[in-house]
Amino acid sequence: MQQLAEELRLSINWLDYSILAIYFVVVLGIGYAARRSVRTSLDFFLSGRSLPAWVTGLAFVAANLGATEILGMAANGAQYGAYTVHWYWIGAIPAMVFLGLVMMPFYYGSKVRSVPEFLLHRFGPSSHLLSSLIFAVSSVLIAGVNLYAMAIVLEALLGWPQWVAIVVAGFFVLGYITLGGLSSAIYNEVLQFFVILAALIPLTVVGLKRVGGWDGLTDSLTGEGRKEGTGGEDFLSAWDGTGIGEANALGANWLTIVLGLGFVLSFGYWTTNFAEVQRALSAKNLSAAKRTPLIAAFPKILIPMVVIVPGLIALVMEPTLGKEGSGLEYNDAIPVLMRDLLPNGVLGIAVTGLLAAFMAGMAANVSSFNTVFTNDIWGAYVKKDRPDAYYLATGRWITAIGVVLGMGTAFIAASFSNIMNYLQTLFSFFNVPLFCVFIIGMFWKRSTGPAGFWGLLSGTVAAMLNYFWLYKQHVIDIPSDQGANFVSAIVAFVVGAVVMVAVTLVTRPKPVEQLAGLVYGTRSPGMSEPPAEGDDAWYRKPALLGWGAVILAALCYLPFSL
Amino acid sequence: MSDYQHEVDELERTSATAARLFDVRRIIGGLFVVYGVLVTIAGLTASDADLEKAENININLWTGLGMLALGVFFLGWLYLRPTPPPPPAEPAQAADTTPGPDPDRDTPTP
Repeated sequence: MQQLAEELRLSINWLDYSILAIYFVVVLGIGYAARRSVRTSLDFFLSGRSLPAWVTGLAFVAANLGATEILGMAANGAQYGAYTVHWYWIGAIPAMVFLGLVMMPFYYGSKVRSVPEFLLHRFGPSSHLLSSLIFAVSSVLIAGVNLYAMAIVLEALLGWPQWVAIVVAGFFVLGYITLGGLSSAIYNEVLQFFVILAALIPLTVVGLKRVGGWDGLTDSLTGEGRKEGTGGEDFLSAWDGTGIGEANALGANWLTIVLGLGFVLSFGYWTTNFAEVQRALSAKNLSAAKRTPLIAAFPKILIPMVVIVPGLIALVMEPTLGKEGSGLEYNDAIPVLMRDLLPNGVLGIAVTGLLAAFMAGMAANVSSFNTVFTNDIWGAYVKKDRPDAYYLATGRWITAIGVVLGMGTAFIAASFSNIMNYLQTLFSFFNVPLFCVFIIGMFWKRSTGPAGFWGLLSGTVAAMLNYFWLYKQHVIDIPSDQGANFVSAIVAFVVGAVVMVAVTLVTRPKPVEQLAGLVYGTRSPGMSEPPAEGDDAWYRKPALLGWGAVILAALCYLPFSL
Repeated sequence: MSDYQHEVDELERTSATAARLFDVRRIIGGLFVVYGVLVTIAGLTASDADLEKAENININLWTGLGMLALGVFFLGWLYLRPTPPPPPAEPAQAADTTPGPDPDRDTPTP
């Protein structure tokens, strides 16, 4: 470890540290200034449902653009090559468009304050409590894992001891969310979005020049300039080698990519993960809420250019990346480029962007955790019917508790990193049955409360059985963890759906009048808002934005498919 | 409407975010102008070693100018399309603990 730490150390000077310091001041300043806008619990948890669409849209994409995502996708680029684009163009865009066009009217129109709360009104308390508890626990753990990941990177890049990074970042996040609630989390995400782009774009430009442009990159990875053990003929193709039965680095075929990643995994993540959906619920009206994931889709389509491409460049510059004994892991792709290519100044921006992305990723988890804990667990089952000020105060306290628990998790992760990997895999299996329950509940009026609960539980258990027993014990043969993930997701969806249908047929449905606004084809009485001024402009039409994003994503596939 | 929807409606009426939350364009604009100036200066005074490291692209200069342009864009947008004035206070707010007009309410200044 010591050797690795020295290898990645950046030569940071006073200018870079000034840039970082300015950012920390601004982060806290945003929290302090947003404090005046928090009067009710709705202000604290959902920004009073009043933000414009471009703000919530950029926050929506930034909440997903955490540093673990950036470093991880660059690593995937170096490891799997162009297959990584599947996580964006088929594994994100269709789901984001579906969320905006199809599901948002139910979420926003029914005035629920969280994703679990929708389950409460649609199915009843048992599925509500189950999903709230799992969401709360997993958010805190993921926040902790995120903090730990940050501590490792900062130790390697800047030489900060791990505990310093954990404590400093933890307290800054605690500070700005306790002060300003979701508004300051969202504003910081918007800011982080631009800072991280200001870091990644120069990195990609200089990197491309180093490897001789796109042609040079292609030649070094797939052509004559290829070094033994890096790249391969199919390395820059999205679909070559994904026929059923063919071996490829990803360990998945086109069917599991389309169904497992493109359909169930990504729809599960993007449409039911409250850390994402919360951004849309804070929009000022239904039109803005629908446009939130659609506006986010466009940057999401382009992000591979500044994340995956640097991963490929890093592989050309350091062909030993990810190999045994080199001391460099795939995750080090972007840090290696920062070290080798960026002079002081832009380097400070890059360090700041990385740190900002870590903090924003953690803040997204914390700000959704406090909402679900306060509204869906504490307010719904422990202390009901208190005045609003009580829940606002609870929200602030639980934010602080959540961050401290996250910091504790980070310290635990530092000693048991394997357990953390397992936990993350475990929680990733929860979104898929959740999506299954949502989609059936929204479109099939008859599906019942018990069906929701058992669908959720059985789908989750099925995914875990498939992954930890059938795959890990080699009962069935899947070549890689990624491939097993995709298959587990499909299993979870199918089992959840079958159980839901079966239980529905033997239980009594909710009376239709209680489902107004919660299932397809119904409207809540008194809920139709008049459209806001200017929302009928052509560039604000959700259908145009949504289908535009889908077509653009499909076009992006062309150069990587022919 | 069911109970929880009435509750959310009521909270939306007394919510202060729309009226009192500052405009994020000012923060983005301000920060990027400051960063843009700092990084541009680093580019103007770049050493040979800096240039060599970045493949003879004066990356500080270009990034700095780009950031400066983004900052100016956001400040210009704010100037041309100021924050819309908050909706008029409704009678429901009279019951609230904060009386009268707010002295420190954000005014839509250019």
